[in-house]
Amino acid sequence: MFESPTLQTLTDYNIWIALPAIALAFGTMFLLVIDVFLPANRKHWTPILALVGIGISFLINLFTYNPEQTSTFGGMFVADAFTGFLNIVVLITAFISVLLSTDYLRRTETNHGEYYILLLLSATGAMFMVGANDLIVIFIGLELLSIPLYILSAFRVTYTDDRDATFVLKSEESGMKYFILGAFSSAFLVYGSALLFGATGTTNLREIFAAVGPILESSAENSGALLLLIGAALSLVGLGFKIAAVPFHMWTPDVYEGAPTPITAYMSVAAKVGGFAALFRLMIVGLSGLTLDAGVDPAAWQGTIQVIAAVTLILGNFVALSQTNIKRMLAYSSIAHAGYILMAVAAVGSAGLVPDIANTAAQAGLVYLLAYAFTNLGAFAVVLALENNDGTGTELSDFNGLYNSRPMLALAMALFMFSLTGIPLTAGFMGKWLVFSAAVQAGLIPLTIIGVLTSVISAFYYVRVIVNMFLLTEDEGSPAVGETAPVRYAVYASMAGVLIVGIAVPLVTNLVNMVSLV
Amino acid sequence: MVPLSWYLIVSAALFSIGVFGVLSRRNGVAVLMGIELMLNAVNINLVAFWRYNTTIASVTEPVPSELSGMVFAAFMFVVAAAEVAVGLAIIITVYRNWRSVIPEETDTLRG
Repeated sequence: MFESPTLQTLTDYNIWIALPAIALAFGTMFLLVIDVFLPANRKHWTPILALVGIGISFLINLFTYNPEQTSTFGGMFVADAFTGFLNIVVLITAFISVLLSTDYLRRTETNHGEYYILLLLSATGAMFMVGANDLIVIFIGLELLSIPLYILSAFRVTYTDDRDATFVLKSEESGMKYFILGAFSSAFLVYGSALLFGATGTTNLREIFAAVGPILESSAENSGALLLLIGAALSLVGLGFKIAAVPFHMWTPDVYEGAPTPITAYMSVAAKVGGFAALFRLMIVGLSGLTLDAGVDPAAWQGTIQVIAAVTLILGNFVALSQTNIKRMLAYSSIAHAGYILMAVAAVGSAGLVPDIANTAAQAGLVYLLAYAFTNLGAFAVVLALENNDGTGTELSDFNGLYNSRPMLALAMALFMFSLTGIPLTAGFMGKWLVFSAAVQAGLIPLTIIGVLTSVISAFYYVRVIVNMFLLTEDEGSPAVGETAPVRYAVYASMAGVLIVGIAVPLVTNLVNMVSLV
Repeated sequence: MVPLSWYLIVSAALFSIGVFGVLSRRNGVAVLMGIELMLNAVNINLVAFWRYNTTIASVTEPVPSELSGMVFAAFMFVVAAAEVAVGLAIIITVYRNWRSVIPEETDTLRG
């Protein structure tokens, strides 16, 4: 029935194009074994080996980077510029998160090797989601991304009778909330996938695209169109939870506040990258033909995404105004940024008929993700440097007079806040500029106006942090107990990233120009 | 032969019961059971769709490309099992510190 694989068929399978993700998976398994046999006084090698694994995967990704779309595993996994670019974002995120973790784990007495293994597993899941071209792979990648994150959110758990050890209670509470809502949302995603599979008879996104047209034409005599619509809606609910779009955002502030800070930094970027990659692929590659009047109307999901984007922008930015804890504020700011990236998705949807505009919008979304990754990782790195071992030190007032005690950290934080606001010469400006211009090209004028107005509002809460650091000079400033060498490197790397993406624009646009989804 | 719509109705009902369980139950373990119901509803859907999309001939002698519904369902078991293992572990640690498995009673995080 099945032919056994020979060496020749193995090369025909093209497995090498999935090599960055496979290498990271192998590296993780290798690390799992190594960590068991490391003697107790050599445990500090685990993070170093994790960094080496990420580096190897990064190099392989650079060497196999190929804008031509190639597929493997029977079309389930594709490699193109989209995959290559987002792999870079995921690997950078994992690298910086490991740098942030080493000293944090040591000083909070949670230094277990599994931590790095789970982190790398989660990155592997994100990389598989980025290249997924099949509903099954999207689902498996999403779970591989999420399940380690549930554990990592609850990583500060110890058995304690001490009611004052709030960091323990917060961490396990955030793990439980993330788990319940994450599992709940993936059930929605997979129910939607099952309906899409039922309507089209295939799980492959390209084949779904080919099947959608005939189904809509014959929808008078069958209910395929209804199945497609419900399937798309339920998938959108499931992915909306992962990217923290309103109204599926309720878990975000609690989980971001309670989870260990390096994990908050990691998941605020990696979970969004994975979720948006799946959203782009599913909605654009799979369902862009889902429209009442093919060739005239935009895709049917596009209006919904516009509404979700608008609500996300408004609610995220306004609620962030009233936050006093920096981790909660950054959580609401990350909700707001999901809104900006959703603008890019909506722009692709409404421009689906004009491939040029649609591809520009997809590229804008990718640049935004890269800019967001550097900026958010940097901001959380500074928060981590100020955080005390018992989880305190993350209030906005703890930033008062930081310029007096740690001028370098204060300058770095100011840069990240400017980038999140979208001030020119920073990465955030590039991202916002590209997304807004793509949305205007696609004719989404009201949504663009909402985007611009809400980014003006966002300046208020971002600049407040800067005011606290530089102008409240009577405070002597936080001692920044967490500012150790690896954390400093992470801050410098993020600063470099923010400035490079913001100033050396052609470098990024050349890389991203090869992305074409339509 | 039982028509496809019957399976879909059973599956939709099961999914809705699961959603109701997650939203209405206060006990963490019962919430987990609701999630399991939702995932199993998906399995019914997948297998029913697969059976009705494939011809009789290819059921007895499967073609790899037509197996995706079954493969999807098999992956669902694996993922559901992994999720439950992690979820119960988290709920047990919560119980040890709070003496409660009721999510609403764990309320250090607010704002």
